[in-house]
Amino acid sequence: MTDPASDRVPDHAPDRAHRLGGLLARDPVVVAAGAEVFADALAAQAVPVVPVDWRPPPAGTGTALAAVLGDPGHADANARAVRRMVTARPHLVDVRPAREVLGLDTGTFLHAGPPLDWERASGPMRGALVGAMLLEGLAETPLGAEHALERGAATLEPCHRHATVGPMAGVVGPSMWMLVVEDAEHGGTAYCSLNEGLGKVLRYGAYGPEVIDRLTWMGEVLGPALAAAVRAHGPLDLMAIIARAVQMGDELHNRNRAATSLLLRELAPALLAAEEVPRDRAAAALRFAAGNDHFFLNAGMAAAKACADAARNVPGSSLVVAMARNGTDFGVQVSGTGDRWFTGPANVPDGLYLGGYGPGDANPDIGDSAITETVGMGGFALAAAPAIVRFVGGEVADALAATHRMYEITLAEHPVLQVPSLSFRGTPVGVDVTRVVRTGILPVIDTGIAGREPGTGQVGAGLVEPPPNVFADALDALAASARPPGRQGFAGSPTGRG
Amino acid sequence: MTDWVEVRRGAYHDSVTLMRASRALSERPDVAAAMVAMGTALNLDLLARMGFDVPSDAGPDDLLIAVRVGGDGLDDVKATLDGLLREAPRATVTEAEVAAARTVGAAAARPGSGATVALLSVPGPHVFPEAMDALDAGLNVMVFSDHVPLDQEIALKEAAARRGLIVMGPDCGTAVIGGAGLGFANAVRPGPVGVVAASGTGAQQLMCLLDAAGVGVSHVLGVGGRDLSPEVSGRSALAALAALDADPGTELIVLVSKPPAPQVADLVREAARRLDTPVVFALATTGEDDLTAAAERALRALRRAVPAWPRWTASRRPAPAAGRALRGLFAGGTLRDEAETIALAALGRDLDARGHRFTDFGADAYTRGRAHPMIDPTLRLAAVRAEAADPGCGVLLLDVVLGHGAEPDPAASLAPAIADAVDDRPDLAVVVSLCGTPADPQDRDRQAAALCGAGADVFASNAQAVRHALSMVDGPRREESTG
Repeated sequence: MTDPASDRVPDHAPDRAHRLGGLLARDPVVVAAGAEVFADALAAQAVPVVPVDWRPPPAGTGTALAAVLGDPGHADANARAVRRMVTARPHLVDVRPAREVLGLDTGTFLHAGPPLDWERASGPMRGALVGAMLLEGLAETPLGAEHALERGAATLEPCHRHATVGPMAGVVGPSMWMLVVEDAEHGGTAYCSLNEGLGKVLRYGAYGPEVIDRLTWMGEVLGPALAAAVRAHGPLDLMAIIARAVQMGDELHNRNRAATSLLLRELAPALLAAEEVPRDRAAAALRFAAGNDHFFLNAGMAAAKACADAARNVPGSSLVVAMARNGTDFGVQVSGTGDRWFTGPANVPDGLYLGGYGPGDANPDIGDSAITETVGMGGFALAAAPAIVRFVGGEVADALAATHRMYEITLAEHPVLQVPSLSFRGTPVGVDVTRVVRTGILPVIDTGIAGREPGTGQVGAGLVEPPPNVFADALDALAASARPPGRQGFAGSPTGRG
Repeated sequence: MTDWVEVRRGAYHDSVTLMRASRALSERPDVAAAMVAMGTALNLDLLARMGFDVPSDAGPDDLLIAVRVGGDGLDDVKATLDGLLREAPRATVTEAEVAAARTVGAAAARPGSGATVALLSVPGPHVFPEAMDALDAGLNVMVFSDHVPLDQEIALKEAAARRGLIVMGPDCGTAVIGGAGLGFANAVRPGPVGVVAASGTGAQQLMCLLDAAGVGVSHVLGVGGRDLSPEVSGRSALAALAALDADPGTELIVLVSKPPAPQVADLVREAARRLDTPVVFALATTGEDDLTAAAERALRALRRAVPAWPRWTASRRPAPAAGRALRGLFAGGTLRDEAETIALAALGRDLDARGHRFTDFGADAYTRGRAHPMIDPTLRLAAVRAEAADPGCGVLLLDVVLGHGAEPDPAASLAPAIADAVDDRPDLAVVVSLCGTPADPQDRDRQAAALCGAGADVFASNAQAVRHALSMVDGPRREESTG
């Protein structure tokens, strides 16, 4: 499992002693797609058959599929991109304010998902921006903040544009402390804010006094304490924690209990050893982290962002390198199409609700946390965390089926993230746009559910799917830049429309 | 003894996997000591006590490998360890519940699939993605489907060449790989003849005649009906020739094709000349042998006796009136073409004007939105009735192709249709060209008995069947009566 990408891409040099991949020297094993009569005839001859439940791709996609898949460099590009994704080695190296590490100026805020303006922002996104205005001292009251934002007083930019990811609304202001994660393999750096806990929190669009007080405390106490602990500890291998946590029942998106415990086990001794942190502050920081099962989520997201960014900008690759939602739009970015977003309307998640809330209170899908699914965690690792499917009334078998389904649309099996219930098979990793379009199987995404009214906070958690058009649009863009195969072009040829 | 100590950064495996790997290595006779573990303080301490040099840079997130090995077993130890760490996931308890793969790529990637070839019969316009999946996964491809755009065929064959693989098809009906029949293929004995086939029923006729002569085939590699066109330029035929030439089980190669483009025929002949294995050509061009004669040449090249080809003669002796025509209703395109070629040679050019017709029910016009006539006989059975009702028809010539993939009992519907036809028309002669072997699922001899019993003269050789049919119609000159 050291190089899963190569498992799917053959050595291109033909071995003279084993022509045709040894076809004539071995008993055949046949993958059969199409008329069942031929698969049946093989079975009658006792020839092993791997059946394909083939169905036609959507009408109108044939030309683009042929162009992308016919690009002579396509398979290698995907192999290279996904190899970079799964070999990244993200380490937590520091914790610092966004103003310092991102160069974020007062009046600029980052947000989750594809680009967005106030006009189109949903309730929780507006609530989080209001809260961030209050936190940064740019407004006295929520109403004042709202008016200022309406007037365009703040600059809004997507987190992803700054190598950053943010859960739910994902709003980052200059004073917030950021986890700094470096990829020791490929050299990239990614950032994520600190997790506030559950319930009434900024990322779910709440901005009441308790929210602002907590964020203020995080900036004054938690951030500096964690920074001291991380510096005392030295670079902390996040994939090592994630790999262990997957084997302990986490999928690293909606369930981070094991990973949080493992992170605290690493950081607690270092925090106590950091003499500059007063004892009461260290205790408070540990108590806060220990009281929040999702404390690791943001570290896991930064790690995932580092892995995904390592796979960016491989020409010709149809690998998805970002899936993100801003509460209004769902967007994807693809390795072979640079920083371009392909967007569609965000869906409302299917899930369980807290207290008296119900589906009518739910905001459409929001947050950068689908970066975990992008790199083979979250919904793709459901088989490792069957507890999660109970959010949607599912059973353990549904969790296994969800992970199995994701192998249909991914390029590799993760060499490090192994699922015990699948006999330690690696999680499906690396969503391939062409596979999504061909099969109609959409990525399964675990998610929290934010209340649609600004200020509400979290109302539930569950599962959600992207809008299908984002993958079809990405395919068309890839097709437009595909190289024609060999001497023959595809221009003007009738290929599979209809 | 050699000490191999290695630190692999960030390579996490659970301790049970690592302890199993350590034990497996320790049990080797050439290994004195082995430890594969995460680089925790405890493990580093253990390593020191085992007498290894402890690497200074190993941490608890790194995989630590230390093996003391004698002789020259180190490379093998390394390979064994990689295998142990990569150990293919065993079947899970839920395996039965896992839905079938939705793409060829996903199917090929399933743990333990071990696939070597993909057989595609999805609609032609949708073949390309699945075929590329197969090639990218290191699989050879057989494309049964037709209607694949020409530029896609070329792109697929070029992609296959870059990967050292072959694309059999599109429009490839028949292949036999190591005894397994793919698509329409007969159950023939294993033997020394490798077949490269741009014609599916042509290959089936050859392999059945060779089988009847007691000679088996090593492999039949189809290449598709367009492979020997100027555009595709024999890309798959050349790959197939090279592969069979390298195959130790193949002593003689037969290349069977519908008439190829002349420049491609030259190219293929030139390639064949450079092989170590002799090649017999059955190219169906004017002036060339028919398939039966090609089979006989192959037998002579192998210094094997040419037998009397099997035939089953009906008890009835119909005598079609002068001027009545020959109507050939075929499921196999190559068998139809061979019949027409032989008829042209025997009767001259104006076949159509005199009412002689040769129809291929496997042609596009009859298969759009409908299964191949070897699977679904409906259209041809209707044509048999229509011809019997036409007083202009004096001789009915039919082929029946048996084998894997074909309908399970063609005589069950065809024999009654023949019986009905000759009941109404005592003068109507019926001749069947029966392509099959006794080992086929349909059992050639049982099929022959049923068809013969219904009143048809049945021949294993298509050429003999055609000549027999021709002997019963008028023409400027007559062929010999038995072929």
